[in-house]
Amino acid sequence: MLWASYFLAALAVFLAWPAPIALSRARWPARSPFTAMVLWQSIALAGGLSMIGAMLVWGLAPLGDNLVSASIGLWNVLMEQKPAETLGIIHVFALSAATLLGAHLVFTLMLTFIRIQRQRRRHRSMLRLLSSPVKDSPATLVINHPTPVAYCLPGGARSVTVLSDGLLEMLSQEELNAVLTHENAHLQQRHHLLLWAFAAWRSALPWLPTSQLAQVAVTELIEMLADDQALKHVDEGTLVRAIAIVAAGSPAVADTAPSAETRLELPAPDRGTMAEDWSTSVQRLRRLLTPLRPLTALQRAVALGSAGLLLVFPPLLLIAPALPG
Amino acid sequence: MATLGDLERTVMDLLWSTPGALTANELRDSIAVVPAGAETGRELAVTTVLTVLSRLEKKGLVQRERDSRPHRYKAVTSRADHTAELMHEVFAKAPDREAVLARFIGSVSESEAQTLRRLLGA
Repeated sequence: MLWASYFLAALAVFLAWPAPIALSRARWPARSPFTAMVLWQSIALAGGLSMIGAMLVWGLAPLGDNLVSASIGLWNVLMEQKPAETLGIIHVFALSAATLLGAHLVFTLMLTFIRIQRQRRRHRSMLRLLSSPVKDSPATLVINHPTPVAYCLPGGARSVTVLSDGLLEMLSQEELNAVLTHENAHLQQRHHLLLWAFAAWRSALPWLPTSQLAQVAVTELIEMLADDQALKHVDEGTLVRAIAIVAAGSPAVADTAPSAETRLELPAPDRGTMAEDWSTSVQRLRRLLTPLRPLTALQRAVALGSAGLLLVFPPLLLIAPALPG
Repeated sequence: MATLGDLERTVMDLLWSTPGALTANELRDSIAVVPAGAETGRELAVTTVLTVLSRLEKKGLVQRERDSRPHRYKAVTSRADHTAELMHEVFAKAPDREAVLARFIGSVSESEAQTLRRLLGA
């Protein structure tokens, strides 16, 4: 049992630092956002599982050769109210830490869900007073504001897409269609569930590189996925124009680097390292203007296969029947 | 059938378009002639209007003038201010906010916006 806990700990460390850093620097996710998304999910899930699992298995090690017999052992210790020394105080500590971490993750997930739902409900009730539905399309609302903006507010059957007056004025019918299909893709592919899970993951363990990088990456990947979906209904030029027009009219945030202006040339030549400083919108434009070759079937299979292995491994180690340890 | 939500909207529209304060009775009478609230206009009881007003008051949208009788109600801030506040929420850039809604365009830096404007103008 001990070796399983060491292996899980090593996996937890690998998934908390090197793996997410490597994946966030990789350039292939833009070529196959879906594959990258699956990989991020499995890194987060397997990372959490192996963190909890390592402590759990190590804590239980003195009580049995596998998880089942050790759990029965723990049950007996608790029922017969044996002193903690039966286990050893460090093992008791590891067990408590595993329990606390597990509870922390579950509670953060729930609290994040409640917080998001509350904000959405408030937002929706204000929208009800301030916006009016588009004719023949009750799920599309128009709000009176000069800034071009489009967003969707998920909520099951009450999901809405909101457009501003400013947006309607600036875009042609075709471009508007591109925006609407993009936003619809977010709703159809349930991207809000991903955003919720990774927002919770980040607020649960904010100091871990994996949770920060994962959230940033997932936010970017869902935009690429929605763009790809929009391209099934509108042509690239239209989508590019829509993105460029809305981005140019958006309230800009202060530049992080004063020299940024010289960096942006569209379509840009291959300057990989600088791409990290670019905002998601500009990266999306670049991706649409210079289409990248999608990953080959083999490359995708390798990435998805490793994602699958990551998910199978920790539970397998946990339930591995009586192994030397 | 009109829900309380629809009535809230009608009442707020009236308060936003009226410079002064209104009583529940005046609101009830106005709702009866507002075309959008045509179906809600008939048989609308003043108590229903008062219920809607107290809900709006709880939400911080409506203010009651306490020294007059019957009470007069007015909107706390203008429609434009509320819209601006809502848009501020939409553009807020905080990791914990991003999960609430999905915006078509995320934040763009000033120089990126400038470059895009130049490219679009060309």
